[in-house]
Amino acid sequence: MSFDIFLNVAIGGVLTGLVYGLMALGLSVIFGVVRVVNFAHGEMMTVAMYLAVAAFTILHLDPLLMLVPIAAVLFAFGYLLQAGLINRFIARPEHSQFLLMVAIAIIIVNVLLILFGPDAQNVQVAYAFDSLQVGPLIVDATKLYAGLGAIAAAGALFAFFRFTQIGTAIRACADNYTGALVVGLDVKRLYALTFGLGTACVGAAGCMLLLIFDVTPTVGPSYTLLAFVIVITGGLGSMPGALVGGVLIGFTEAMAGLLFTPSAKSMFAFAILVLVLLFRPQGIMRRRPA
Amino acid sequence: MIARLLEGMPRAAAVLLALLFALMAAAPLFAGDYLLTVLILILYFAYVGQAWNIMMGFAGQLSLGHALYVGLGAYTAAALFVHFGIGPWIGLAAAVPLCALVGAFVGFLAFRFRVAGVYFAILTIAVAEFARVGFDHLDWTRGSAGLFLPVAQYARNDLWHLRGHPVMFYYILLSATAIAGLGCRALLRSRVGYFWLAIREDEEAARALGIDTFRYKMVAVVISAAMTAFAGVIYAFYYNNLFPEQVFHISRSIEIILGPIVGGIGTLFGPILGAFVLTGLAEMLTGALAALGIDIPGAKQVFYGICLLAVIVALPEGIWPWLSRRLGLGSDKP
Repeated sequence: MSFDIFLNVAIGGVLTGLVYGLMALGLSVIFGVVRVVNFAHGEMMTVAMYLAVAAFTILHLDPLLMLVPIAAVLFAFGYLLQAGLINRFIARPEHSQFLLMVAIAIIIVNVLLILFGPDAQNVQVAYAFDSLQVGPLIVDATKLYAGLGAIAAAGALFAFFRFTQIGTAIRACADNYTGALVVGLDVKRLYALTFGLGTACVGAAGCMLLLIFDVTPTVGPSYTLLAFVIVITGGLGSMPGALVGGVLIGFTEAMAGLLFTPSAKSMFAFAILVLVLLFRPQGIMRRRPA
Repeated sequence: MIARLLEGMPRAAAVLLALLFALMAAAPLFAGDYLLTVLILILYFAYVGQAWNIMMGFAGQLSLGHALYVGLGAYTAAALFVHFGIGPWIGLAAAVPLCALVGAFVGFLAFRFRVAGVYFAILTIAVAEFARVGFDHLDWTRGSAGLFLPVAQYARNDLWHLRGHPVMFYYILLSATAIAGLGCRALLRSRVGYFWLAIREDEEAARALGIDTFRYKMVAVVISAAMTAFAGVIYAFYYNNLFPEQVFHISRSIEIILGPIVGGIGTLFGPILGAFVLTGLAEMLTGALAALGIDIPGAKQVFYGICLLAVIVALPEGIWPWLSRRLGLGSDKP
C-alpha cells in the first residue's frame, strides 16, 4: 500500500469524524448543561436521517438544503421533550433517567420501523461520486461537503454560546444551578432550549451523515454508543473536545478499516474509550479538576 | 436454614411468597407449551435481574453491560461442549470463575481509577461491545456465523447434559431464581450487605467510617458476574445457538435491567415482579395485536415503550415499593 492511500483514507476518516463530532457535540451540550445522559441520541439522529430521506424521495430536496429545516424540526422535538417530560426527571437518580431515555429510544426505533420499513435507505445525490483531486489526494465531494457543513454548524453553536445573552445564561445554568435560580433565570426553559440545541446538532449531523452512510431504523443504538465514545474521549461537557474526539475516532475507524477489517473498526473506538476512561477520565481536551 | 432466612419477614409476605412458589412449582402440570415458554423467559429475567440488582440495587454500581457475563458464560459452556464434549455442569465450573475474573477485571479498572457513575456505566457498555466485536472475529467460536449446539430428539431428560424437554429447564430456572432470592436476602442481612448499602447511600461517608469501599464494590461485581454466568450457561443449552450480535448486544443488557428498575431497584422482590410484569406485558401485547389482526412489525414495541414510559413517570421507585405499601406488606427495601 502506498502512502497516498493512507493519506486519502485518513482524510476521509477525518471528514467523517467531523460529522461524528457534531453529533457528539449535541450529547455533550445536553450533558454539560442539563446533566442528563441522552441514551436516545443516536435514535434521534436516525429520525433526522429519515426526514432527509423523505424530503429527498418525495420533494427531491438535497439533504444539504434540508440541513437547516431538519435541524429546526429536531430542535422543536428536543425542546418539547425536555419541557414536557425530561424536566420532571432532573432530580431523579441516573437509572431512572436512563430508563426514560431507553423508553423514548424504543418508541423512536419502532415508529421509524413502522413508517419506513426495515430496509436500508439512502439518497443518490447528483454529486455522489464526484471527487476533488489535489495533487495525489482524492477527496470525496460528499465527505468534503459533510465535513465543512459540520464545521459551520459547530461554529454557529460556539458563537451562540459565546456571544448571545441566552447562550451566556445557559452557560450560567451549567456552571451553577442554584446561582442561576437565584439571579432569576428561568432554568427549566433554558434546559429545554439546551436540549433542543443538542437535538438540532444531531438533526444537522444526520443530514450530512446520510450523504456518507445508509440508514436503517435499528442503527440508532450504535450511533448512541459512538457519541458516548467521542464525548468521553474529548471530555464530557467540553465543546471543542467533542469535535476533536470525533475527528480522532473517525480517523481511528478509517485506519482500522484499512489496516484490519472494517467490521472490527468499532473495537478500536472502544479500546480508545477504555484507555481514556482509565488514564485521562476528564477527556483529552479538559484539564484535570483541582 | 430457610426458616432463618425468612426471619423478620411479615407473615403475610411469607405466606404470599410460599403460595407463589407453590403455584410456580405446579405450573408445568397445567400450563401448555406456550405458557411454559413464557414462564421460562420470566424466570430467566427474574434470575439475571436479581444478579444485576446486587450490583446496582445493593451496592449502587450501575452496570449497563451485563450481557457480557451472559454471553461469556454461554460461549464458554457451549464451546467446551462443542469442541471437547464437556458437559454443561463442568462448563459451568469454568464459566463462573471466568465471569468472576472478567467482572473483577472491570471492577478493578473502574474502582482503582475512580471511574464512577455515568462513566462506570459507559465503561461496562464498552467492555461488552468490545467482547461482541471480538467474538464476531473469533474463529474458535465460529465468529459471526454463530455457534450451534447439536440438537436431537431425546427420549428422556438428561439433566447431566442439559438435553431434554423445556420442563427441565423450567425447574432448573425456578430453583435458581428461588435460591438467588434467598441468597440475596442472606447477603443483605450480612455484614457485606450493610456495607453495600452504606456505599450506595454515600460512598464518601462509608469510607470515612472505615469501610474498604474498593473491596466491597469488587465483591458486589464478582458475585453479580458469577451469578449471571449461570444464566448464560442455561441460555446456551436452552436456545442451542449463539450469535455474538445477539447475546452481547446492548439491547440484551438493557432487557436485563428493565425488570429490576420497573419492579423496584434495590428491593428483593422487585426484580422478580418486574420480570413477570414486563414479559407478561410483552406477551399480552403480542396476543392483543394478533387478536385485533394488526400485523405491523414494530407496533408491539411502540406500545411496550409507551407502557414503560408510563410506569417510569408514574412510579419512580418502581412497582413493588408502591404495591407492597398498598398491600400493607411493608417495604423490603433496606
